[in-house]
Amino acid sequence: MKSNAMIDRYRWYEMVGIYAGIALFLAFVLAPFVEGFLVSLKPLTYLFSSPYKFWPQNASFDAYFTMWERVPLLGRYIFNSILISTIGTVIGVILITPAAYAFARFDFRGRGPLLGAFLAVNMFSGAVLLIPLYRLMRSFGLLNTYFAMIVPGVAFVIPTGIWLLRTYMLRIPQELEEAALADGASRFYTFRRVILPLAMPGISVVAIYAFLTIYAQQFIYALTFNSKTEYMPLPVGLYAFFGRQDVIWNELMAASFLGVLPVFVVFIYLQRYLVAGMTAGALKT
Amino acid sequence: MTIRQSAVVFAWILLIPALLYVLVIVAYPLADTINLSFTNASLRQTYDWIGFDNYRNIFKRGFSEVILRTLVWTFFSVGLKMVIGTFGAVMLNAAVPGRTMFRVLTMPPWIVPMAIGIFMWGWMYNGQFGMISGLLQRFGVIDGPMPFLAFGTSAFWATIVTDVWIGVPMVTIYLLAAIQSIPRDLYEAAWADGAGRFYRFRRITLPLIVPALITMSIISLISTFNSFDIIWILTQGGPSGKTTTMIIDTYRTAIGSYKFGEGAARAVLICIFLSVFCFAYFRLISRFSGATMR
Repeated sequence: MKSNAMIDRYRWYEMVGIYAGIALFLAFVLAPFVEGFLVSLKPLTYLFSSPYKFWPQNASFDAYFTMWERVPLLGRYIFNSILISTIGTVIGVILITPAAYAFARFDFRGRGPLLGAFLAVNMFSGAVLLIPLYRLMRSFGLLNTYFAMIVPGVAFVIPTGIWLLRTYMLRIPQELEEAALADGASRFYTFRRVILPLAMPGISVVAIYAFLTIYAQQFIYALTFNSKTEYMPLPVGLYAFFGRQDVIWNELMAASFLGVLPVFVVFIYLQRYLVAGMTAGALKT
Repeated sequence: MTIRQSAVVFAWILLIPALLYVLVIVAYPLADTINLSFTNASLRQTYDWIGFDNYRNIFKRGFSEVILRTLVWTFFSVGLKMVIGTFGAVMLNAAVPGRTMFRVLTMPPWIVPMAIGIFMWGWMYNGQFGMISGLLQRFGVIDGPMPFLAFGTSAFWATIVTDVWIGVPMVTIYLLAAIQSIPRDLYEAAWADGAGRFYRFRRITLPLIVPALITMSIISLISTFNSFDIIWILTQGGPSGKTTTMIIDTYRTAIGSYKFGEGAARAVLICIFLSVFCFAYFRLISRFSGATMR
C-alpha cells in the first residue's frame, strides 16, 4: 500500500499540468453550456451588441418567462419529449429483458450468430433506413402520431440493451434458478420471481440508457414522420424557431435549458449506475 | 419433451418479441431499401423496376465528391475524438482531488438531447455575437467578425468540431474504464525500475488500451458516418453543398424531393461502406486479441 501512495504523488508542476489539462478538456466539453446559459440571461438588446462580451450586462431571467408567450406550445413539447421517451423505454425494457435472459442462460443452436445479428443492428441508423421506415409508418397509418416517433427509436436501443443486460445476468449465480426449478417451479415462474428481482439493478441501467438515448435521438423521426405541431417533441418544436432569421436566441437557450432539465435530473441521480453498467458491458467484449 | 428441449423452446419464446420487432423495424426496411434502389419509386402508388439506373445516375451527379467529403469528414472527426478522448481519459485518471466531479462533468454532451447541444453550437458559431468569433477577435487572431457557418471550409470544420464534442464524452468514459482495468502491478513495477510518467504512459497505458481504442474507433466511425442531426441543424448541407455528406444527400434526395428510389440507392451505398468498416474491425480486433469475439 505504501508504494501505491508514492506512485500517486505528484510534484507541484505535475499537479499544475494535470489541472491545466483537465481545465482545457472540460472547457471544450462545457463551453456551449456556459455560453448557452449566459445567453439565456442576456436581454436581447445587449445580446445583439458588438463587440462581444462574455459576461452578461443587466443579467435577468426574463427570457425564462417571456419564452412561454413566444413558444405557446413549449410545455407541450417538453411533455411530448418525455412521453415519447417514457413509452419507448417501457416497450424497450419489455422486449429486452426476456431476450437478454435467453442469451445469458440458455444454450440453443445459433445463439452466437443471433446475438451477433442483434448487435449488427447498431451498424444501421434510423437515417439510413428512413425511406422504408417512412413507407412502413405510412402503411401502418402511423404517420403524424406519437407512435411514428416511438416505434423506430426503440429498435435501435434493443441491441445495446440486450448486450448490457446479458452481461449483468451472467453474473447472477445459476444455483438460484436450479434450486427453484428443483422445487418444481415453472421456467416462467423462475424468470419472473427469481431472475427479475435479482436483475433489477441491471434492468434499471438499461432503462436509463434507453430513456436517455431515445430522448437524445428523437429529432430525425419527429422531423420526418410527424408534421403535427401538437405532437412535436422539444428539439423539433424549437428547430422551427431556430430556422428563422430573427432567432430570439436568449429565449431559445432558456427553452433549451428547460428541456435539458428532465434528463439532467435522471442523470444526476443515476449517473453512477449508468457509468458502471455501460463500461462493464463494453469491456466484457 | 426432454428438459433440454423444453429449455430451448422457452428460450425462443423469450427471444421472439425482440426478434420480431427488430425484423419488422430494421431487417424488413433494409431489404426494402435494397429492393427500392432498383426502382423509380416516388410518392406515386406504382413504380417500375429500372435495374441499375439509380446507381449509374448517382455517379453522374457528382456523388463521388460527396463520398470523398464524407470520408474526410468522418476521418477527422473520429481521429479527433480518439485523440481528445485519450487525453481526457488520461487526465481524468490522475489521482487528484476532485476527479469524481470532473468525471461527471464530462458527461453532459452525451446525455443532452443532441439537437439542443447543436442549437448552442449554432449560437457559438454566429459571426457577430457568437463566443468563438468574439473571443478570437478579442485575442487578435482574426480581424473582423467570422460567421463560421457561412463559408464552406469553416462550416466543414465547424460541423466536425460539434460532432467531436458530442462523441468525446463516451470515448473518454470508455477509455477511462479501459485504463482503470490495467493491472496496477505493471505501473508499480515500471515505477520501481525508475520509469517516468510519460514513459509509463507510452509503454504501458497506450499499448494496453489499443483494443479499446479500436473498439471505440469503430463505434464512433459508425455513428459519425451516420451523423445527421448536426449537419442538418447547423447548415442543412450548405453553404453550396460544402457540408453535404452521404447521409444528408440521401435525406435530401429521398425525403426532400421524394425520390425514394434514388435515395434508396444512396442508402445502400452507405450500408456497403458500413459493412466494410465492420469487416475491417473484426479483422483488426481478432489480430490484436486472439479470441476476443465469441
